Amino acid sequence: MNRSTLDLWVGVFVTLGIAAILFLSLKVGNLLTVSHDAGYRLIAEFDNIGGLKLRAPVKAAGVVVGRVEAIQLDPKTYQAVVTMRIDHGYEFTKDTIASILTSGLLGEVYIGLDSGGDTKMLANGDRIAKTQSAIVLEKLISQFMFDRAAGNGGAPAAAAGSGGAK
Amino acid sequence: MRPDSVAWALRRVGRATLGSVERLGFAARFSVAVLVHSPAALRRLSLTLREIYFSGVLSLVIILVSGLFVGMVLALQGYDVLTRYGANESLGVLVALSLVRELGPVVAGLLFASRAGSAITAEIGLMKTTEQLSAMEMMAVDPLARVVAPRFFGGIVSMPLLAALFSTLGIFGAYLVGVKLIGIDAGSFWGNMQSAVDFRYDIVNGIIKSIVFGVAVSLIAVFEGYNARPTAAGVSTATTRTVVASSLSILALDFVLTVFMFRGVGA
Repeated sequence: MNRSTLDLWVGVFVTLGIAAILFLSLKVGNLLTVSHDAGYRLIAEFDNIGGLKLRAPVKAAGVVVGRVEAIQLDPKTYQAVVTMRIDHGYEFTKDTIASILTSGLLGEVYIGLDSGGDTKMLANGDRIAKTQSAIVLEKLISQFMFDRAAGNGGAPAAAAGSGGAK
Repeated sequence: MRPDSVAWALRRVGRATLGSVERLGFAARFSVAVLVHSPAALRRLSLTLREIYFSGVLSLVIILVSGLFVGMVLALQGYDVLTRYGANESLGVLVALSLVRELGPVVAGLLFASRAGSAITAEIGLMKTTEQLSAMEMMAVDPLARVVAPRFFGGIVSMPLLAALFSTLGIFGAYLVGVKLIGIDAGSFWGNMQSAVDFRYDIVNGIIKSIVFGVAVSLIAVFEGYNARPTAAGVSTATTRTVVASSLSILALDFVLTVFMFRGVGA
């Protein structure tokens, strides 16, 4: 085979291959928007994180603004300490509430951030003061069952109503 | 000695064990020798380029076409199952993750082993049979540097590129079937895929897998060819062994790598 045609074909092959890797990285892996942006870190303590996992999204108004970076247990308070990496360009007020939410009944677990009206903003390493733990479905159900069982002696209809509201 | 006596059976076991240990030792020494001669492949780049052409460019058609079809079938089957749970926007996630993490490197590796690995083995085996390798040694040309190392490196370079092309074509095929044919919303197809696929965790690990498979297949192919019995039957046995051994080692290595890469994190 002619040397120059061989070079040409190998060049085409290698270019195609690198283009495929770039496509996977940029379009599929979404490297551009996630980028190497180190972001800044926020810490939140929860009584119960439910099914929260590492790399779970952190959302504000449904928009992904960061990821969960570390989950640890505080040995003194027995609370879960969750470290979040928030992308640069997103700032949240000091009175932001962090809550653990689930998208749909079987969907992924994520952290929702709801900003308040404070004028000061959270900085790197700050702790979110107000948090809301995950809602554990089993606890809700058992609470409901206990309420019903306790309420059956007195006013069953009212007890069922209040149990459902929880 | 009677062929059914205990000593006869033991002797056969012993011979088989010694044979495989010897082969293993030879394979290890051969691998080291190839690595030692690998700078030669980089110094004489035109030889390596030629091997990239034979193992990479000529495998393009089979890789691209099978990638396209695997992606399309994945989309059809995935849609069939996902739609039962009302999760058909997750089709992009399913297809992208299974291709990038597993199917891309593994299926491309299997195809590469049967398309390029067997050809390498047959070529080197035939060179040995026709005493071309001995002739090279007579002329003070080291066949490890002239014949084996370029083929080894050609395989290592080709394999990750082929795996990436396989995954890309697969995702494109799934896009054709999922979005164009079935009518899933294109935005949720790409959007869910992008939010679920992580660069470091999924794509880099997939590329690492394909590099490991490339090393394994190329090493097995050149070893079997170099070690083939110099007869017509020996070359055919060696070719078969290449395909079987590299397919099995791809699947076994894939399991081991998956255990280390994807275990525990995020669970």
